Amino acid sequence: MNFATKAALAVAILGLAACSNPDKYGSGATGPGGTLGPGGAGINQGGINDPNSPAYFSQTIGDMVHFSVDQSTLSDTARGILTQQASWLVSHPTYTAIIEGHADEQGTRDYNLALGARRANAAQEFLISQGVAGNRLRTVSYGKERPLAICSTEECYAKNRRAVTVISQSAAGS
Amino acid sequence: MMRFVLAMLVALFAGSFGALAQDQEPLHITITDGVIEPLPFAIAGFIPETPDAADVAAQLTQVVSSDLSGTGLFREIPKSAYIQNIAKFDTPVNYSDWQAINAQALVVGSVAMSGGKVVVKFRLFDVFSGQQMGEGQQLAASPGSWRRLAHKVSDVIYSRITGEGPYFDSRVVFVSESGPKNARQKRLAVMDYDGANVTYLTDASTIVLAPRFSRDGTRVLYTTFETGFPRIKMLDVATASARLLPDVPGTMTFAPRFSPDGKKVVYSLEQNGNTDLWMMDIASGQTQRLTTSPSIETSPSFSPDGSRIVFESDRSGTQQLYIMSTGGGDATRISFGDGRYSTPVWSPRGDMIAFTKQNSGRFHIGVMRTDGSEERLLTSSFLDEGPTWSPNGRVIMFTRETPGAQGEAALYSVDISGRNLKKVPTPGPASDPAWSPLLP
Repeated sequence: MNFATKAALAVAILGLAACSNPDKYGSGATGPGGTLGPGGAGINQGGINDPNSPAYFSQTIGDMVHFSVDQSTLSDTARGILTQQASWLVSHPTYTAIIEGHADEQGTRDYNLALGARRANAAQEFLISQGVAGNRLRTVSYGKERPLAICSTEECYAKNRRAVTVISQSAAGS
Repeated sequence: MMRFVLAMLVALFAGSFGALAQDQEPLHITITDGVIEPLPFAIAGFIPETPDAADVAAQLTQVVSSDLSGTGLFREIPKSAYIQNIAKFDTPVNYSDWQAINAQALVVGSVAMSGGKVVVKFRLFDVFSGQQMGEGQQLAASPGSWRRLAHKVSDVIYSRITGEGPYFDSRVVFVSESGPKNARQKRLAVMDYDGANVTYLTDASTIVLAPRFSRDGTRVLYTTFETGFPRIKMLDVATASARLLPDVPGTMTFAPRFSPDGKKVVYSLEQNGNTDLWMMDIASGQTQRLTTSPSIETSPSFSPDGSRIVFESDRSGTQQLYIMSTGGGDATRISFGDGRYSTPVWSPRGDMIAFTKQNSGRFHIGVMRTDGSEERLLTSSFLDEGPTWSPNGRVIMFTRETPGAQGEAALYSVDISGRNLKKVPTPGPASDPAWSPLLP
């Protein structure tokens, strides 16, 4: 992941944090996305080389998978990433996750919400198939409302067609 | 007078729609590229009849002129060209003076402050046939509602000349946008159809999408992320108080619309990745599933009589438009052209469906008959979506978004003839307009 991508990720996740989702998954102490949330980047959560850190999950494993235009099928690359995500979640049972589905801007608002839900569900089903308990996972779709990349070319659209696994500690966790 | 009316009908609908007024042939929608000359009109007045009415008289004149000219069907003749000075409401019209400057329609009006109210009187004249069109009218309202008085005057003039229903005295609920593209802030707002009197209905603390009026204009349904997940909320416009509609945990609900009687909501419900259409009785909260396909069913819209629902589905592999009975069951596909069809909205007249179409990398707003025939695209851009009908079914408002990192959404309107495309003024970027019914 190059610097520009990380910067874009930080901007996007901070953007999500700013939109104030008062659900139990979205307002934990670590903040959405773990290290990049309001908890502070890497201060008390371990770095990307600490296999127990949220940063390891979101950056070393990778917290997002991408999709083709108007599709919700998981590519081999996506399955590889999700397999590692599932393994991490199985070995870190105090974490829960919301899987966010997103679409690029080339679609209408309602349809993109439904399409994002399909993508989030595809990722969720794969994680469950790899042994993650379904009650630790939830999905949400942002449709085209929260793009990562803001240009209007296929290069950006490809980054925006994604499912992001946003982990947070369960209530008692620390 | 007959010649005058016919001239306007032709100007409005370029022959094909005009045919409807003359016989029972079905609507025939074709793109017409003829340049239509707007009908020249003059406003002699509105004359202030009391000294304290001068300001409101001038403002009201301006709004009436703007309403009529804004349709693209009328053109105001500059006051500097006027020959006759009509100093009082009852001054006899010297038709030859108005014929000389080619004013085809003449409005003579007055404004008085009386008993704490603004009182407007006006008459409409057909200059070339030398007679008044219809009765003179008098309207009164509190001073704070002078704009509505102006819109009502414009509506009477528009309707008398075109034979169409009124639409100026109406409001639009929309999403006011600010902030960067990857962290857009969205607030519900409502304004007059022409962009005046903007009032915000929600704050920017969460994403809100796609507000829709009830047919009586008192309530708005919209989608909010305030729980962290898309949920449907119902808002009372007068008090701005709102409540979430009940949902099933673990699902997303969105794309709501009221039934014509205002008692039910049709909406999309997503569960396990599959989005279907459901109906909810608002009073009881009871729900009924309308579709059971593994495909995406969304953007439902009722026919004006409440008997049918038009919606989009990708059950064929791409997004297309379908119509089914309000009770669910079999659906008939109505869109068959190239590309993807979405966001169908039934015309308040019942005769047409407006939609969004994506084809070859462009977005269009279009209309078709309810059987899918006579499709016509009205607009084309990088991203046009989400049409909403004026109360008389003759104008469509929609969202147009520009591309790129600095891209912004704005509201536009266009006649169903495809003419008079223009931006609707809003305080900042705006999206997802929904037109109210005509105000009471």
